[in-house]
Amino acid sequence: MKVNLLINGQKKTFLIEAGDYLLDTLRKQNYLSVKKGCDNSSCGVCTVLFDGKPIKACSLLTAKTEGHEVTTVEGIQDEADKLSDYFGQEGADQCGFCTPGMALAVHALKVENSNPTDEEIKEYLTGNLCRCTGYQSQHIAIRNYLEDK
Amino acid sequence: MKINSYHSVKSIEEAYKLLNDNKQNAIVAGGAWMRLSSKEIETAIDLSEIGLDQIVETEDAFEIGSMTTLRQVEKHEGLKKHYDGALSNALSHIMGVPIRNVATIGGSIIGKYSFSDVLTPLVIMDVELEFYKKGRLSLEDFLVSKDRSKDVLVKVIIKKEEARGYFKKMQKTGLDFAVVNVAVSKQADTIKIAVGARPSLVKFAVEAMAFVNGAKEITEEVILETAEIAGKELKFGTNSKASESYRRNIAMAYIKRGLREVTV
Repeated sequence: MKVNLLINGQKKTFLIEAGDYLLDTLRKQNYLSVKKGCDNSSCGVCTVLFDGKPIKACSLLTAKTEGHEVTTVEGIQDEADKLSDYFGQEGADQCGFCTPGMALAVHALKVENSNPTDEEIKEYLTGNLCRCTGYQSQHIAIRNYLEDK
Repeated sequence: MKINSYHSVKSIEEAYKLLNDNKQNAIVAGGAWMRLSSKEIETAIDLSEIGLDQIVETEDAFEIGSMTTLRQVEKHEGLKKHYDGALSNALSHIMGVPIRNVATIGGSIIGKYSFSDVLTPLVIMDVELEFYKKGRLSLEDFLVSKDRSKDVLVKVIIKKEEARGYFKKMQKTGLDFAVVNVAVSKQADTIKIAVGARPSLVKFAVEAMAFVNGAKEITEEVILETAEIAGKELKFGTNSKASESYRRNIAMAYIKRGLREVTV
């Protein structure tokens, strides 16, 4: 079947199988910033924005994206660059595998709640695992980024 | 899960017809839990484009379209106050925001999942399900129904009422399913106690409810005895997450806390 969608503002048409998940579709189309980790909705490295809201690409059937908009980290390049400066300052970016998904989640948090409490930051990022940092450095970096108006 | 074809319908009638055309046709709600299943679906029916993703607040109820995401329900201002926010609180601890942006209220109910953190807070409230052909059915009746006929869940109706509510679950990590969950409510003079993820489907502690509702006054002794009765009457099980006795003890502790909270 064919699916028509917007990816990072560009119209795309893909030929897919009915049971394909968005993660596999995106990676087949070379959107390799969308990482494949657990593939069972746990780790969050495949986070993308679906009509502006963070979702796990491994949990969404590609067929459901017909007529909708998907954003990968390349679609928020300026914000991601800015966030990566804060990550660098805090040593929050080690292997980097979780960073694209986390950047998208942070971007969505900022849109939804520009002045979150520490608890709200933690709660919002529950679905994005990192096995390098222990989260403290990332948390500080994200808080600093969000406070930089 | 294998899906052979996919169809986004334009009406509920079309969905109903397609659903009943073939035994192996099925509605795909959010699709978040589909990967847990090994079923083969001939035609996956998508309800995304027919406006079932809205919450309408009327004078006496919250009417939630079956395709409304858990995140929409969690963030709804009216529901945040209903039963002391028991439902919003329960939803806010399911997986993470990205999953709650996909999983729907309808899919979470229809699946009758044993691990559900959605059914436990809902069952203590006055909730009806509206199906396209079967009409309205209470959530309580739906959960025990053996009717296997296929229908389209249109909306979930939560009646507005002055009530106290409590929900608590034990989970090992923020992304894990509940080891056990408990919801307690007090509406007028009636207390309800529900325990889910035992690890089987949510159930009322019927004998404990009869005891506490028959008490002249809710004293600390009554609360302790109610939790004891619930611990004895409900069946708990052992699996890789927790033992039967661990679940029982946690449930009893949460029942006590819940009763103290809703009877203050």
